[in-house]
Amino acid sequence: MRGTVAALVRKDLRLELRAFESVPAMLMFSVSTFVLFRFGLDRSSLEGDLAAGVLWVTLLLAAVLGMNRLFVAEREQGGFDGFLMAPVDRTALFVSKALVLLGFLLVVELAAVPAFVLLLLQPGAGQALPELLAVLALADVGIAVVGTLIGALGVQTRARDLIIPLMALPLLVPVAIAAAEATAPLFAAGGAEAFPARWLVVLALYDGVFGLLAYAVFDFLLEE
Amino acid sequence: MTFGRGLRALSIASVVLICGAFALVFFWAPNDADQGFVQKIFYVHVPMGIVALCGFVAGGIYGIRHLRTGDRAHDLRSYVAIHISLVLAVGVLLTGSIWARAAWGQWWVWDEPTLVSFLIVFLLYACYQPLRFSIEDPERQARYASVFAIVAGAFVPLNFMAVRMADSLVHPRVLGTTGGAMPGDMRLTFLVALAGMACLFVTLWKYELASKSASIQLRSLKRRLAGEDDLAPLQRSTAPQQL
Repeated sequence: MRGTVAALVRKDLRLELRAFESVPAMLMFSVSTFVLFRFGLDRSSLEGDLAAGVLWVTLLLAAVLGMNRLFVAEREQGGFDGFLMAPVDRTALFVSKALVLLGFLLVVELAAVPAFVLLLLQPGAGQALPELLAVLALADVGIAVVGTLIGALGVQTRARDLIIPLMALPLLVPVAIAAAEATAPLFAAGGAEAFPARWLVVLALYDGVFGLLAYAVFDFLLEE
Repeated sequence: MTFGRGLRALSIASVVLICGAFALVFFWAPNDADQGFVQKIFYVHVPMGIVALCGFVAGGIYGIRHLRTGDRAHDLRSYVAIHISLVLAVGVLLTGSIWARAAWGQWWVWDEPTLVSFLIVFLLYACYQPLRFSIEDPERQARYASVFAIVAGAFVPLNFMAVRMADSLVHPRVLGTTGGAMPGDMRLTFLVALAGMACLFVTLWKYELASKSASIQLRSLKRRLAGEDDLAPLQRSTAPQQL
């Protein structure tokens, strides 16, 4: 199982490094969205819950782009058939795709969050890096798990690009709520305020529930 | 397959319970001290909401049974449960809006967790039919729809919890541990209305199941009589067309 997952992750990373399909698109989308928010809200700097909301809405929408692309090569170039013929555990595909999506999200955030701080965050707001990293990590796990499941569900439909965002966004509303509520005090104007740790519990619970659920049902999406 | 068994008794029971509930609502239950007559929409709105959510979860449970057994009849049951719950959910949003306008002065109130969670659940389930419609292979359609029904069914309670934590307490917690300060006659009326709505749901569910399975059987009989060639090909559809 571990070897299979490693091989599949290596394959996806190699594809991404050769074609640069998902990560640059997600990153450019994030920066464009920041610019849109700058003019849509007509504010040159943000703080508090408004800043948290803008950051999380942007990251979630960028993640949807990644979900849309996640299984396209598998479907269009026979990756599913090849995988099903191989004598390996089918859950390995789920684990590897979730890890790949998680990796994409982390790389995108590595650039998008500094860009957000530079472009939009009010100077002086937000000096609580460890807490922010914890929120980002927990939220990313949830997005990766749900995104992999929905990506696999949607990729076999005719209206792939429409169905995946429609299904993923309502499912990700709890992540948006918890992540934005947890991030808002970190971006408060006069330096970080007290951090509401209960939202981390909600995020962890969400990750756990959907992780187990996706683990249980993913095999049924692969049968031929 | 006989989905129609017991339909007559169920239909009579729903008519009696719903007529009884309305009689109690209009002639027996007292007017609310604050809101007056308009509060009576509560006896339609809340039972409808509870039954719709239970229907969504039931769709998920039939989804699990479909995946475990491979019996397509369970997919049909899951589909019909979610289908009727969606119709009820539209009713819940409409009656809730009317009630909010009368009681709080606005058509929509965002700081109200129950309303917001219900809207999110509704938006999610609104994708169920498009998902089915965009998968052509009937076997795959059934399998994928069951996966969606299971995930969405588990999402319902989790979503309610998350939204409720981002909290306020405008909405009365009718059956909660602390709320529910309903006088006895209101409570009885509410319970009769809830039973009536549940009965109506089961009746409609069985009617649609009976009708769908009858047309599936009719088609297979036609095929046996006339042969595959004379039969019009199946149109794309959201509903299961084979068992």
